[in-house]
Amino acid sequence: MSQKNRLPNGGTIIRERPVTFSFDGKSYSGFEGDTLASALLANGVHLMGRSFKYHRPRGCISADSHEPNAIVELRTGARREPNTRATTAELYDGLEAKSQNAWPSLKFDYLSFNQLLSPFLTAGFYYKTFMWPASFWEPIYEKIIRNAAGLGSAATEPDPDTYEHAHAHCDVLIAGAGPAGLAAALSAGKTGARVILVEENAFLGGQLALDHDKINGKPAADWIAEAEARLSKMTNVTVMTRTVLFGYYDHNVMAALERVNDHVAVPQNHEPRQRMWTIRAKEVVIASGSQERPMVFDNNDKPGVMLTTAVRRYVDRFAVAPGRYIAICTNNDDAYKTADVLRANGIEIAVICDARETASSVAQSAIDAGLPVELGVVPAKAHGWYQVSSLSMQRLDGSPYGSVNCDLIAVSGGHSADVHLVSQTGVAPVWREDIQSFVPDTPMRRERSAGASKGSFALADCLKEGHEAGHEAAKSAGIKVGKLAAAPKADETEYGPIHSVWRCPGNGKAFVDFQNDVSAKDITLAEKEGYVSVEHAKRYTTLGMATDQGKTSNVNGLAILAEARGQSIPEVGTTRFRPPYSPIAIGAFAGHERGMTFQPIRRTAMHRCHEKLGAVFVEAGQWLRPQYYPKPGEEIMAAIWRESDQVRKTAGMCDVSTLGKIEIFGPDSAEFLNRLYINGWKLLAPGKARYGLMLREDGYVFDDGTTSRLADDHFFMTTTTANAARVLAHMEHYSQVVWPDLNVHFCSATEQWCGVAVAGPNARTILDAAFAGAQDMSDEALPFMGVREFDWNGAKARIFRISFSGELAYEVNVPWRYGEAMWDSIWEAGHAHGLIPYGTEALSVLRIEKGHVAGNELDGRTTAADMGLGKMMSSKKEFIGNRMAHREGMVDPSRAELVGIKIAQSEGRLRGGAHLIETRNDTNTVLDPDASKGWVTSVGDSPQLGCWIGLGYVQGGTARHGMKMIAHYPLRDEQIEVEIVSPHFFDPKGERLHG
Amino acid sequence: MHQIYCPWCGFRDEAEFQYSGDATKKRPKENGSEEAFFDYVYVRENPKGWHTEWWHHVGGCRQWVKVVRNTQTHEIVATGKPDDKLPVPSAKKGGRS
Repeated sequence: MSQKNRLPNGGTIIRERPVTFSFDGKSYSGFEGDTLASALLANGVHLMGRSFKYHRPRGCISADSHEPNAIVELRTGARREPNTRATTAELYDGLEAKSQNAWPSLKFDYLSFNQLLSPFLTAGFYYKTFMWPASFWEPIYEKIIRNAAGLGSAATEPDPDTYEHAHAHCDVLIAGAGPAGLAAALSAGKTGARVILVEENAFLGGQLALDHDKINGKPAADWIAEAEARLSKMTNVTVMTRTVLFGYYDHNVMAALERVNDHVAVPQNHEPRQRMWTIRAKEVVIASGSQERPMVFDNNDKPGVMLTTAVRRYVDRFAVAPGRYIAICTNNDDAYKTADVLRANGIEIAVICDARETASSVAQSAIDAGLPVELGVVPAKAHGWYQVSSLSMQRLDGSPYGSVNCDLIAVSGGHSADVHLVSQTGVAPVWREDIQSFVPDTPMRRERSAGASKGSFALADCLKEGHEAGHEAAKSAGIKVGKLAAAPKADETEYGPIHSVWRCPGNGKAFVDFQNDVSAKDITLAEKEGYVSVEHAKRYTTLGMATDQGKTSNVNGLAILAEARGQSIPEVGTTRFRPPYSPIAIGAFAGHERGMTFQPIRRTAMHRCHEKLGAVFVEAGQWLRPQYYPKPGEEIMAAIWRESDQVRKTAGMCDVSTLGKIEIFGPDSAEFLNRLYINGWKLLAPGKARYGLMLREDGYVFDDGTTSRLADDHFFMTTTTANAARVLAHMEHYSQVVWPDLNVHFCSATEQWCGVAVAGPNARTILDAAFAGAQDMSDEALPFMGVREFDWNGAKARIFRISFSGELAYEVNVPWRYGEAMWDSIWEAGHAHGLIPYGTEALSVLRIEKGHVAGNELDGRTTAADMGLGKMMSSKKEFIGNRMAHREGMVDPSRAELVGIKIAQSEGRLRGGAHLIETRNDTNTVLDPDASKGWVTSVGDSPQLGCWIGLGYVQGGTARHGMKMIAHYPLRDEQIEVEIVSPHFFDPKGERLHG
Repeated sequence: MHQIYCPWCGFRDEAEFQYSGDATKKRPKENGSEEAFFDYVYVRENPKGWHTEWWHHVGGCRQWVKVVRNTQTHEIVATGKPDDKLPVPSAKKGGRS
């Protein structure tokens, strides 16, 4: 329980609040304010994970979200979260964390023998190895790869937490609350602009060393506290911590993820775990800082090799000594800040290897202060197994320069400006040789970078640029701004010279991309094998393709590739960064859109009536429709058979509310319909309905339905359930864009009218009773295809004498809220007359028996003639699709035509989707397009014909009536002999329509 | 995430609109030739840069809105009603959005 590496003083951890946590089952203590990594380091634990490919022992190299090594699983059970970074996971009491990618344990990892195979596990290993024989791909190779690959494992139970989506708008959005971001927020906030300052960490200040850096002559910690206090008083400024801006999208929209409750075990007070923000900003200031680069030398991945900024952060903020005897390797001045912080905390410095041969002024003052600075020296090799124990050094030419004992190696290969967000906007970064970093090019969006993310690494520049950028952004956002006050001042005014040694001489394993285990050798090998383009080398070696998107490895990798190609870094160029900036949980993207709230469920007004009758529901788009109404113990097929039989014997009722319904008004309504449908509408008398078919502009069938004329200038259209929204949009296009001169108006009435179809010989008797004579149902008062409006107990009702089943049938519509009352009235009236409810399955059987087309037949590839409705196409008028419908391919006599299909014997089952072929010999060649002469679209077990029947399309259609074919269903390897017949199986003369 | 100015409703979020294709094509007269209809139905430019498009405000006023948008930068310079003649910037111009 001891925290042997915890410093006695300092840091921002709350020492009064100790917490207990576990890592790989072992219990440790830490403090509130720690991260998992800082607490493990405080306890002397450096080994935090195993690498992806070679399973080498790894410790954390950073203290940030770009951590490539210390990737762990947090929590257990349903809240288990894999692939989180120990360096950003905030510690709380009872946190359970587990290492990943190691079996049976982190110390004795079975797959670490991969290291012995490492000469073979080079770039392109999978492409080279798992190639032959092809028959091994799925059964053997995939299993091997699946077993070895991957990081953590996701929870198998549903996530009990919630995730929210929220929106925000502002004048100035600032990414990052380091020195530049804070200065920008202060100056923008002062103008009165609406400002949102977003910070990934739980604290403000970024890379500022709290006790070392001085701003306006005071310690950085004081300046940060003051800035925080001033910002909190500005009501126009919102500061969002624990929030990462991860995506930069069109029209200056940025996406952010707020980790509302990741720092506690269980979210309280019904709060979400995470909240995803969509922030629309007039102007953006990017102050996301920089990432320090590791140095590439042999064994540079050992636990205990850490970036200098990270070492500084652990000492300064978390009061943890990650080592007691530290070697520093650098090629720039920044690492000397770490030396100062170490010295101030009494931590010994074994050596400072500075790759530069001449001392910078900063290096010279360190030498003058007596620090062991070695100029022109770079690391050669790290030694030690689970933690660094010594460091061999070398001159730049590779000649040995002795070794030192140390328990930590702090490295700084320079800094890379964080150009990720700018790169997401499509701006290619440009290389600056003087600071050895890519920097953002001219903005394409309303954004500007400031501070380290712009390549200005000196503290004074960060403050000045941030200060100016905030003011400038507010001004560009249209805020009246006053005179800009003086910027905060800092002592550090220049970054100093840098001398990059991209690959320190050596022949061992030197890693570039730690997370994907890509070594310097892999990159040079890829180049030798011809992957010279940076985009190709990236994909071949997987450099930069891990969850950190190569934040620490990108520049080192390109530089090594450039050296191998004998070119400069700008000539090689860089890859483009894409959202998300850091990994985002899928749950956050889904938000509330999961489970029952994934999408709306549409229920008809009569839903409860169906429930009472024991209906089984089926999803039709978002609608729930009764599929069938089983009697106790009745199987689905028996129920469908019974329902479709009973309708023709007595009567049945069916909820048809989901049909699309459109009210059409205006003097030009008839003309409009005339252009919309292929058949004529001008002569349709008020009080009459007509079946209509519409085409798309390309001549194929779009939709069908029955449309009625209620008055000269008032029509009522129905569409198929599936196409309701599309038909409305189609009509709106023609009325608004193509024929704005037509005086016609319409709106959807699908959810205003509910409908019941009553079909069967007893339909009229039942409706007479149900509506108690409110409407005369006689043939004279309401003939076939007649439509009447009537008053039913004060409600407006419409009755249509139309039939989809071929029986004497009516559809009655009443306003939505009267749906239940109507259903109940009809149901009660029907008791004495053998009325049953029937679902979509029986509806389908009934319409197949009549050869009526439905959704399955309207597949977007059929013409009116294919459906046997070619004669409906009026030759006396123009209509949508008319011109295109007469093209050669559309009228080709060899096109498949609608036919009826009936199995030849009474036993056996026909299947939708089966191919129609001529002989059994063709079944082996059914994939040959010539063998298949057609296909089956809809099937049903017909009580009237006593066998399975179906509709389908077949070449030669009518000419094949009476001929035998084979329906071949390859998915089940079934073949059945069928007879091609007319689609009008039952009552072909339509006598039953009249009761 | 685009923000589109609907001439009827003002600035609205892209999520309320349904992209509905090329607005530079004009439907031939009813008695137009098969070739003219073929061109109207099938032939499309695929411009990199400025383009005039239909965005149907399905989640709002249900009007068809004409939009001049840069397919490369997603900048929108003008929107209007179906009959409006909208100025299209020259090919070179495009930029901050």
